[in-house]
Amino acid sequence: MKTFRALAASAVLLMLSIGVAQAGTLDTVKQRGHVQCGVNTGLPGFSYPDDRGKWNGLDVDVCRAIAAAVLGDAGKVKFTPLTAKERFTALQSGEIDVLSRNTTWTTTRDTSLGLNFAGVSYYDGQGFMVKKSLGVNSARVLGGATVCIQAGTTTELNLADYFRTNNMKYTPITYDKAAETVAGFDAGRCDVLTSDQSQLYALRIQLKDPGGAIVLPEVISKEPLGPVVRQGDDPWFNVVKWSLYAMLEAEDVGVNSGNVDDMKATSKNPGVRRLLGLEGIGGKGLGLPNEWAYNIVKMVGNYAEAFDRNVGMGSKLKIARGQNALWRDGGLQYAPPFR
Amino acid sequence: MARSKDQQTFQRLADQPPPVMVVGMLGWLRANLFSSLSNTVLTIVAIYLLYLAIPPVIHWAFIAADWVGASREDCTGGGACWVFVLARLDQFIYGFYPEPQQWRVNLAFGLLIVLIVPLFIRSFPYKAWLGFFLLFAYPFIAFEMFTGGILGLPLVTTDQWGGLMLTLIISSVGMVASLPIGILLALGRRSEMPIVRAFSVAFIELWRGVPLITVLFMSSVMLPLFLPEGVTFDKLLRALIGITLFESAYMAEVVRGGLQAIPGGQYEAAKALGLNFWKSMSLIVLPQALKLVIPGIVNTLIALFKDTTLVIIIGLFDILGAVEAAIKDPSWLGYAVEGYVFAALIFWIFCYGMSRYSQALERKLNTGHNR
Repeated sequence: MKTFRALAASAVLLMLSIGVAQAGTLDTVKQRGHVQCGVNTGLPGFSYPDDRGKWNGLDVDVCRAIAAAVLGDAGKVKFTPLTAKERFTALQSGEIDVLSRNTTWTTTRDTSLGLNFAGVSYYDGQGFMVKKSLGVNSARVLGGATVCIQAGTTTELNLADYFRTNNMKYTPITYDKAAETVAGFDAGRCDVLTSDQSQLYALRIQLKDPGGAIVLPEVISKEPLGPVVRQGDDPWFNVVKWSLYAMLEAEDVGVNSGNVDDMKATSKNPGVRRLLGLEGIGGKGLGLPNEWAYNIVKMVGNYAEAFDRNVGMGSKLKIARGQNALWRDGGLQYAPPFR
Repeated sequence: MARSKDQQTFQRLADQPPPVMVVGMLGWLRANLFSSLSNTVLTIVAIYLLYLAIPPVIHWAFIAADWVGASREDCTGGGACWVFVLARLDQFIYGFYPEPQQWRVNLAFGLLIVLIVPLFIRSFPYKAWLGFFLLFAYPFIAFEMFTGGILGLPLVTTDQWGGLMLTLIISSVGMVASLPIGILLALGRRSEMPIVRAFSVAFIELWRGVPLITVLFMSSVMLPLFLPEGVTFDKLLRALIGITLFESAYMAEVVRGGLQAIPGGQYEAAKALGLNFWKSMSLIVLPQALKLVIPGIVNTLIALFKDTTLVIIIGLFDILGAVEAAIKDPSWLGYAVEGYVFAALIFWIFCYGMSRYSQALERKLNTGHNR
């Protein structure tokens, strides 16, 4: 029993040595020198390690933007890969500063978990993919179909709702791993494949003939994904929220990582000058240096660049902007005015 | 048979070779594969099934496979894309351990091999000291080499450990720690002291009664909620403690099986010699008991080695986790099979190695007292 007692004693010692007084997250991050960011353990386009072990993806870029704003260096961020079940605990317990892990904004999560959603980095929604040879171009005619489901937290429920509302019958086949789903769909086990649209595109490039499958236009659920912070820490909440907005605003006013230095030196556009901290409130209200948004654009890029490189036409996934286009292009992405 | 009369001596003829159908290849085939009609049918069916299964696998894994290149564009053969595994090999072995520091991992494991090899040399004189060093000093040396932060080595925190390295760390810590705890628990369960016995029984039944996945989950999801905000435990440490406690409960029951197989006369003889409890256990009972349960112990250790993959559910990237993360990279989407085959091969090599070693150990410790 000696061993056990020694083990317990060393555990207590370790806890004491790690214990840090919990200050505001913003101060903690500045003091610590890096942002601790919770991401997915692997989701194509959103967070995944590349061949060199560097994390990439849209969710990852949100974290890097926050680091650029707060610490002036997009590289000063450490990633904690989290599974779906431990993500909220990790945030609540202070293990991470921000959770950027394709987390859907819902009432329950926003109100009863002690968390705040700081915005929407990607408007997702559940959709359907069929083989072109099926000759279907609307989900409304899928009655009686066999549906392959890429298991998610709410995928099955949304599907059941949709078919019940439209008075259609279906036979579900649920798969857990993407590889199985693809194999099942390829082998003709089902007529239609359902998952969040962002994931349908990732599944599509794994098919034997990616060109032979299309994603149907219907979106049957709202899945706004965005960064999450702890409730009751408003300065940090503001930083995360406005870091995301800065990426959107930069796209809106036409600033990107390539032209940001030029714009900073020569632009007379008041919107650009306010964004880059040359006039207006700058970073004062956020407790950040005035060039916080400049740093984001310079080091991470604007929203269009991040979208394009990770999930859009510049990536393997080739997802269209759709709902994620700016408000003036018919999408939902909208940043409040920077003034 | 014309034999002349003056030739009296008996001359032996050379032996006829046995019928061609009873010896050699043909004989073996006939005896083992075609001895009866039903056997013949089964053999033919089996050969046909093998014919269906093996050539496509060989074709996929070797003939049509691609080995060189840097991206999925280099995989044009239509078979396995080993380029993917090779491109990610670093990550599969070291996880996110920074590349310039990977020599530290190599050195630590190299040192381990150098230290272990003499233990297998029968005539090596300082085995006891070396074993002592391996068990009590080496883990700390290895830990310092992995984490760094001293002697000018840059700090590498445990969240950057991963891949095969992490698998080996978790399994070896689990093995080394669970065996002694398991032995103590087994002795405790057979003890005549009621409190010790009750504690051991409760411990074993509690940890053996819950699935490992629950233990890991509790350590990762529930434990942080009980701790004050801002106090975090190292995730790896939590997993290590959970796995060790879980496996020691199993180990205890295996060892108890061995203790029960030792005849009462051995205990009594030890007492008659005037040995106290610990001496009689360590000199007489345990050496016999442990020898008996080597297959059981190794069985548990192999199970533990494979159970380490469960740490994936708490976001630690062991070798399987590294593979799973790699197949989510859009540049390599669709090469899951290659990744899983690679992970399976690595696991098989280690598990088969353990199994062979245990058999060798049984032969070596065999004293001829077969029960």
